[in-house]
Amino acid sequence: MKALLICEYREGKLLDSSFELFGFAAQLGGETALLLVGAEAQLPAYGGPLYLADAAECGEYNPDLHKQLILQAVAKENPDYIVFVHSSYGWDLAPRVAARLKAAQVSEVIGLTDGGFEVGCCNAKMRRTVKPTTAQAVLTIQAGAFPAQQPGGTPQIQRLVAEGGNGMEFVGYEPAEAKDVDLTRAEVIVSAGRGVGKKENVPVIAALARALGGELGASRPVVDAGWVEHSHQVGTTGQTVSPKLYVACGISGAIQHLAGMKKADFIVAINKDKDAPIGEIADVLVVADVLQFVPALTAKVAR
Amino acid sequence: MKILICVKQVPDMESRFKPDNAGVWFSDTDLAFRMNEYDEYAVEQAVQLREQLGDAADLTVLSIGPDRIVEALKKALAMGCDRAVHIQDPAAALKDPWQIAAIIAAFAKDKGFDLIFTGLQSQDRGSAQVGVTVAERLGFACTTTLVGFAFADGVITAKRELEGGVKGVVKLRTPALVTCQLGLNVPRYPTLPNIMKSKKKELVTIPVADLLHEEALAVTARFYPPAKKGGGIVLEGDVGDMAEKLIAILKEKTNVLR
Ligand SMILES: Cc1cc2nc3c(=O)[nH]c(=O)nc-3n(C[C@H](O)[C@H](O)[C@H](O)COP(=O)(O)OP(=O)(O)OC[C@H]3O[C@@H](n4cnc5c(N)ncnc54)[C@H](O)[C@@H]3O)c2cc1C
Repeated sequence: MKALLICEYREGKLLDSSFELFGFAAQLGGETALLLVGAEAQLPAYGGPLYLADAAECGEYNPDLHKQLILQAVAKENPDYIVFVHSSYGWDLAPRVAARLKAAQVSEVIGLTDGGFEVGCCNAKMRRTVKPTTAQAVLTIQAGAFPAQQPGGTPQIQRLVAEGGNGMEFVGYEPAEAKDVDLTRAEVIVSAGRGVGKKENVPVIAALARALGGELGASRPVVDAGWVEHSHQVGTTGQTVSPKLYVACGISGAIQHLAGMKKADFIVAINKDKDAPIGEIADVLVVADVLQFVPALTAKVAR
Repeated sequence: MKILICVKQVPDMESRFKPDNAGVWFSDTDLAFRMNEYDEYAVEQAVQLREQLGDAADLTVLSIGPDRIVEALKKALAMGCDRAVHIQDPAAALKDPWQIAAIIAAFAKDKGFDLIFTGLQSQDRGSAQVGVTVAERLGFACTTTLVGFAFADGVITAKRELEGGVKGVVKLRTPALVTCQLGLNVPRYPTLPNIMKSKKKELVTIPVADLLHEEALAVTARFYPPAKKGGGIVLEGDVGDMAEKLIAILKEKTNVLR
C-alpha cells in the first residue's frame, strides 16, 4: 500500500495542516511519498521521496498546473491513494486529479472503517462508509480529524517542472478583514445561530452575553445575512476561540463552526433539535426554543 | 452568453434522518425538501449577471432527480432563470459524484455554454466534487469557493474564500465553471408576479438513461448516525426549571458565575 500525500503551501509558508496527512498515513499504514509545490527552504522533516516544484515558478494557486505535477508524481510512484487536506486548496484540486486518473474520490474523510472510509453527511448529523471501486483513489481528509505528526528525517528530493494553466490567472491575496472585536480573549462567548430566526432577535442573545460579562459571537449564516458583523464570526472562516464558557444559541454544530470553538472549556448548546450535532460536543444541551429559554436564563443570571 | 446553473434539491437539515431499506442513504418519507443552500447563491449570481448583460444572456437551470425536484427548478425559474431541464432519475441519490458530473457534462457538451455556475457542495452529501469534475470533463477553466464575482469584457474576476478569512483573487476567461460559497450574494425571494410568470417558462424533461454511460467509481456501504459520545448533560422540560438547573451547573463547573 502506498499513499502520495499532497502538502499545502500558501503565502510563502508550508501549512501546518500538511502534517495531518502524516497522521492519516500512519493509520492507513504502508509507504508514503510527498508532493509539495512550495520552496526548498521550507521542507518538512521527512525521510522519504519528496516531489518538489517551485511555487515561485508554478504559482501557489494554479490548479491546472498543480494537477499536471501531481500526475507526474503519480506516474512515477503508482500510489494506491492520493491524499489531500479537505481545504480550499484540496477540494479545488482533488477532483481534477481524480477525473484525469478516472479514480474514485472520497471527500472529507474522518476515519477508516471496515475496508472503507468514514465521511460525514447531512450537515454532520449522519455518517457514511464509502468504498472506492477503482484501484487508485483520491482522498481528502477533514482538517482536524487526524493528529498532526512530525515524521522526521531528510527527504530525497525529486524536482518536477510543468507548464501551462487553463485560461486562469492568479492576481493575489486579500488579507482578512480587520477585527473590531477580539473574541480570542473573551472568557465568555454567547453565539447566535440561524435558529434565532431573524435580525430583530439578535439583541436577545446579546443581552445574555452582557449578563454573563461576555462577548457576542455568531455562526456564518447570521453573518452572511447581515444580522451580525463578520468580526463576530466563529469558525474556520472566522475566529478560533477558546473561552471558559461558550453558549451556542440555535447553532447546529457544522464542522466549520466546531473547528472554531471546540476548545472552549465548557460548552452549552441551546437547540430545539435534540439530535443536532452540536450535542456531540456540548457539556450541556438544553432542548428548548432559544427565544423562550434565553430570556428566562438572562433574567435569572442578571438577578 | 449562454449560462447553465446546476442545482440540487436536498432535505431540510433540521430533519430527523432514517436509513432507507438498503441502509445506504436516507429514506425520503416524512422529509421536507428545498433547494441546496449553496445553489441558491449560484442561481442568484447568474440572475444578477443577466441583469447586467440584459437579453444577451440566457439562463438554463438543470437538476437531476425524481419528480419532486421540479419544485427546486420552479424556484430557480421564479428567481429569474429562463428555462429549466429536469433530468429524470428516481435513483439519483444512489449515484456517485462521478456519475452526476458525467450526466451534467453529457448534457452540456456541444450546447455552447459560456459559463456554468454550481454550488460549492451539497448540504446532504458535501462532496464538493461535481462542479470541478464537470469542468474537467468539458475542458472549462474552473475555480471554486466564490465569495466575489464580477464579469467584464469576457473576463471573470473571482474572489475565492480561503481559510481564516483570507481571499484569493483569480481572473479567468470563458468558457468557465465556478462554484459558489455561502455569502457570495443575497439570494432573492421569488415575488408573486415572478412566480406567475415562471409558470409559462419552458421545462424540458430528459430521461437519465439518455445521458449516463458511466459506472460509479465509489459506493456507499452504509449510512448511519454517529456514535453518541455521551457525557454531556441533556436538559428537557420547563424553561424556568432548566434555567435554574443550568445556572447551578455553571456555578459548579465553571467560575464565570458567582
Ligand atoms: C468552506 C466553509 C467554511 C465555513 N466557515 C464557517 C465558519 O467560519 N463559521 C460557521 O459558523 N460556519 C461556517 N460554514 C458554514 C457551516 O457549514 C454551516 O452552514 C453553519 O455553521 C450553520 O450555521 P447555524 O448552525 O447557525 O445554522 P443551521 O445549520 O441552519 O442550524 C440552525 C440550528 O438552530 C436550531 N434552531 C432553529 N430554530 C430554533 C429555535 N427557535 N430554538 C432553538 N434552536 C433552533 C436548529 O435545530 C438547528 O440546529 C462554512 C462552510 C464552508 C463550506
